[in-house]
Amino acid sequence: MTDSSTKNTAPEKTAAGPATPHQAVDHEPGHEKAEQAARIQEASRSFGISAEQYMLPAAQQIRLLDPEGELVPEDQQGTGPGHEYPIPEDETLLQAYEALVAGRRVNDQNYALVRQGRLAVYPSSHGQEACQVGAALALGEADWLFPTYRDTVAAIARGVDPLEVMVSFRGDWHCGYDPHQYKVGPQSTPLTTQLLHAVGVAHAAKLRGEDTVVLAMCGDGATSEGDFHEALNFAAVFEVPVVFFIQNNGYAISVPLSSQTAAPSLAHKAIGYGMAGERVDGNDMVAVLATLRRAVRLARENSMPLLVEAMTYRMQAHTNADDDSRYRDADEVEHWQRADPLVRLGKYLTAKGALDDDAESRIAAAAEEVAASLRQAMTAEASNDPLELFEHVYSAPTAQLREQREKLADELQRSTTDQGAN
Amino acid sequence: MSTATAAKTATTTFASALNTAMSDAMERDPSVVVFGEDVGPLGGVFRITDGLTKRFGTDRCFDTPLAESGIAGMAVGMAINGMRPVIEMQFDAFAYPSLEQVFSHIAKMANRTRGRVRLPIVIRIPYGGGVGGVEHHCDSSEAYYAHTAGLKVFTPASVDDGYRMLREAIDTDDPVVFFEPKKLYWSKAEEDLSALREQYESGASGQDHSVGPQGRARVVREGTDVSLISYGPSVSTVLKAAEAAAEEGISAEVLDLRSIVPFDDEALQRTVTKTGRAVVVAEAQGFVSVASEIVARVQERCFHSLASPVLRVTGFDIPYPSPKLETHHLPDVDRILDALDELQWED
Repeated sequence: MTDSSTKNTAPEKTAAGPATPHQAVDHEPGHEKAEQAARIQEASRSFGISAEQYMLPAAQQIRLLDPEGELVPEDQQGTGPGHEYPIPEDETLLQAYEALVAGRRVNDQNYALVRQGRLAVYPSSHGQEACQVGAALALGEADWLFPTYRDTVAAIARGVDPLEVMVSFRGDWHCGYDPHQYKVGPQSTPLTTQLLHAVGVAHAAKLRGEDTVVLAMCGDGATSEGDFHEALNFAAVFEVPVVFFIQNNGYAISVPLSSQTAAPSLAHKAIGYGMAGERVDGNDMVAVLATLRRAVRLARENSMPLLVEAMTYRMQAHTNADDDSRYRDADEVEHWQRADPLVRLGKYLTAKGALDDDAESRIAAAAEEVAASLRQAMTAEASNDPLELFEHVYSAPTAQLREQREKLADELQRSTTDQGAN
Repeated sequence: MSTATAAKTATTTFASALNTAMSDAMERDPSVVVFGEDVGPLGGVFRITDGLTKRFGTDRCFDTPLAESGIAGMAVGMAINGMRPVIEMQFDAFAYPSLEQVFSHIAKMANRTRGRVRLPIVIRIPYGGGVGGVEHHCDSSEAYYAHTAGLKVFTPASVDDGYRMLREAIDTDDPVVFFEPKKLYWSKAEEDLSALREQYESGASGQDHSVGPQGRARVVREGTDVSLISYGPSVSTVLKAAEAAAEEGISAEVLDLRSIVPFDDEALQRTVTKTGRAVVVAEAQGFVSVASEIVARVQERCFHSLASPVLRVTGFDIPYPSPKLETHHLPDVDRILDALDELQWED
């Protein structure tokens, strides 16, 4: 922009006046607003707050339990009109605790299996289990979950067979479970692309008159990708019930959030799309569950998208190939150790009398059982059929793929014969 | 609709054949949805989706925000959840922002999930030059897609194929990139669309909707001396060249591939073993192109039948030129005839 054009625009700004600068252009022909805007207006009015107050996250992150597992006083929870988060019932929290313990065990077992060379790779969500469990438990049976590659525990908490999830990390096939069976999208490594798939699933359901909610997960780094923008925008424009759930664990591999964005928070991005955003303590299972359950309910009831940002921390390196000492201090990790989601919820439930020693040992035994089955399955020799490589590329293999299949079959045949001869 | 007893041919454009194909598919299958940029009330910048929103409503044919990755990515989710999306990329080069979704998910989802999730998506792309378009409006981008395993790549060269092949693409359970030669949009032929519809729906054409490679390519002109192999926008140019060659005493057979993936090796082999000479013609730049692949396949399969090297007539290896220079870039009749002259006829 040249100097002269800057000068030209300045008086216009002044003329529009500082008080309500946008009102005059709101009803200009050719500039009608999407219906979503009216819905947001209506919702915010019912809470006695402005649309902006409704869409912007609360002044502080929603936190219901402090790191010691004590209930945070109501006036310090971050809640307020339009941002109310009732505490889930004990039964649900106990179920969440069980899933947390199992999730932690899965993370640590898989981490060990990588070190033993039994798994090709495993991106651990150690420390982020409250987000993993919250995502799964917030959904109904007919709803869909779209996880990232780090969200194995969420997929398992949703009900996917742990051994089927591990097929990809063991290196047997890219996805080992049936997405339709569990209503869980396939985990894969391109960043953020799955958010658009979530929008599509919700859109198809909406066109058929179903009230399916889709919860789509991504990390803080993913919010820099173009598909993040396109997915949120499409969801808002098409008014589809998608809950975008960002686990902000502070790092995209090695790059800290400060190098990723200059936004006041990731939840603030929601208002730019005309949707509500909220920030929650991602290591507080109670708050995560309360926030996500409300988001899922609002999405379903109003057929609208919402954004939830969970502040959490990845306790282990990005993967086994990563060296996190190159980009973060041990002090920092130590700080987050004190905010461990399992310890917090465990203390709270124990103090309430909802969790006793019997329940603890039952829960630990169940988690150990999952770990044992993982150990057993991942240390057994795999029996992969190389000829399957050609089976699924198209609904029926092309002539070229049939030829290539025959070639490989012949190679396999000859190598078996050679081995027999030796 | 099927009350028409006598065949009623009428002057039909390529554009209206495509439009009717979509409309017929939507009529027959409520899971077929059409979306993209300006495809709603406007009917698309080329009017190929004209009237679909009016007839089927905004749930079935709708405009999206201006974001190609969003269009392709949303199509993935809709296909996962039971729909058959037909998406329009406004121009060949405007499709590039969608390539991550196309290459990393649309092409790979079925393989990734061991066939449990198939994505019956059609990506319609107006492509090619010859219309005086500005930069980014005339690319021949078929090789990028054909190189990606998991995608099918169709490109019709005639009005009747426009109808048939688009119906087939929509009915196919695999993702199909459907390249529409934009210079053909307003080309006309005497066609009876309702007869084509009945023929298609009774299974008389495209019997196997999974589109096996058998008989996919079609010989559009019989000949004995040389095979001119082509597809999409180049077929009409090649036919003119074959006519001119006939005047010079050369009998050229013209093969229209129609489908780049799956590829019809048998038809290729048949024509080249018959004539012993081959020239491949395509608008796209020749280096690492579909034309290169065809030459390689001819060499592998027909070496002992060949009387001369297999030549290519393609665009130059340059970015697509500006409108006033494009005629120098595109293969034309003279350049094809020049190639024919080089085919060692003396023996």
